[in-house]
Amino acid sequence: MELLTDLMSNFWIALVLKLLVVALIIPLIGMVIGFAEMKLSAKMQARVGPYFAGGRWGWAQLIADGVKFFQKEDLIPRDADRPVFKVAPIVVMAGTVALFVVIPWGPGVIFRDLDIGIFYALAISSLTTVGVLMAGWASGNKYSLIGGLRAAGQLIAYELPLVFSAVAVVIMAGTMSMQGIVEAQVSAGYPFVLLQLVGFVVFMIAALAELSRIPFDLPIAESELVMGYLTEYSGFRFLFFFLAEFANMFSMSAIAVTLFLGGWHLPGIPADVLEFAGPLILIGKSFLLVFAMIWFRWTFPRVRQDQLQSLAWKWLIPISLANVILTGVFKVVL
Amino acid sequence: MTFADWIAEPVNWAFLAIALPTLFCGFRVVTARNVVHAALFLVATMGGVAALFLLLSAEFVAWALVLIYVGAVIILLLFGIMITRAPTGIDWTLSGEQQIIPGVLALALFALITWASLEAFGTSTLTVVGEGSSTELLGRMLVTRFVIPFEVVGFVLLGALIGGITIARRDLTPLEEEQRGAV
Repeated sequence: MELLTDLMSNFWIALVLKLLVVALIIPLIGMVIGFAEMKLSAKMQARVGPYFAGGRWGWAQLIADGVKFFQKEDLIPRDADRPVFKVAPIVVMAGTVALFVVIPWGPGVIFRDLDIGIFYALAISSLTTVGVLMAGWASGNKYSLIGGLRAAGQLIAYELPLVFSAVAVVIMAGTMSMQGIVEAQVSAGYPFVLLQLVGFVVFMIAALAELSRIPFDLPIAESELVMGYLTEYSGFRFLFFFLAEFANMFSMSAIAVTLFLGGWHLPGIPADVLEFAGPLILIGKSFLLVFAMIWFRWTFPRVRQDQLQSLAWKWLIPISLANVILTGVFKVVL
Repeated sequence: MTFADWIAEPVNWAFLAIALPTLFCGFRVVTARNVVHAALFLVATMGGVAALFLLLSAEFVAWALVLIYVGAVIILLLFGIMITRAPTGIDWTLSGEQQIIPGVLALALFALITWASLEAFGTSTLTVVGEGSSTELLGRMLVTRFVIPFEVVGFVLLGALIGGITIARRDLTPLEEEQRGAV
């Protein structure tokens, strides 16, 4: 422990260590969620799921898949816009990695506790959509382009409810720092979801749409668009999109946990235990939300494009605006 | 201050490392021969400008720039370009003509802004007023000292919103109104 604090006090060593942790954690989380998705979907459809790789449970399936992606040829279509096509997966990955900066893992355990943490998270998450638009356009394929356009239209519509429901929490906490929001819930003695149930529901719906998960997976929509913006990608570049999707599911869930479910805190656990248990509690809570997302995927049908838009503009935005106003009024009155 | 003094400061290295690529991207926005490339260079330029704001420890302004310009305005711009006409490949008709007059105008604007800011601030160092983080200060300023401009801007945006809806909305003809009523 002594050694670790010594090492962390050197700025450059701390930076390299933090980078290494992120570089390891994203593929790891991606693989865990990917495997969970395979197994849970199998369970929900009364199938067995991956079975052979790595013995009884098929736990090595995702490792085998990863190796397979490395072996594949890096195909670029003739009509594609080569530089943009090549850069798009990197932009998507950059947006994913940047989100991990402000996730509060435990008391004092955070890559960087920015003053405006939640604002940063909402701003940087839109980088992913720029990458998706780039991928869709650069592929030189109509299905890809339609997929990219749908992704953009979806992001524009669902960004607002996402931001508004976070704003209500910021009003309650009185700070935009991610650690500050968790501490506000610790000192209040209850997770904000109790008073912000509406905000939480709106946030989760908007997060599903931002992640383009079913029921909002119109940008990919296999039965309509082949694979949307992913159609032309193969090999390592496809792997980047694939990992980014799962890592984004986790980071969105972690942000929702931080905002609404008390982050790394569980009532009744003493402070010195929390130092070590904090990250586990956060990961546990986040995986609960990830489980719900996977559950939705295999139980809900896909919405139509017009239903998607009217849900955002006619329901979620007014509801979340009203929620912000109510929260503000209560904050001033009480 | 000589150039040697200026370059000896590490923060100025960071400034150069951000400012020069940003300038290059800004230049490519107007010279790129593909509309989508130009828009993507605009994304990079905005990112560079946000980084410059971070260098000035104006965190909120930097991330507001990313949220609003990269996250919303440019995505809408790309959406608009792609939904109409955006072939891949090079379009030689783009930015071929009319380089001189816009160039002169841009240089004149640059000179004006440089002159105005040098005239106003010169070499004086600005100090932060008050306590707390820059975001908190900014928030307080917006609802105390600058509350009237803030409200006016809000009002202008509301007006623009209503205007946009009015322009985009097509009134139904009496026949269509009847049909809608029938359904």
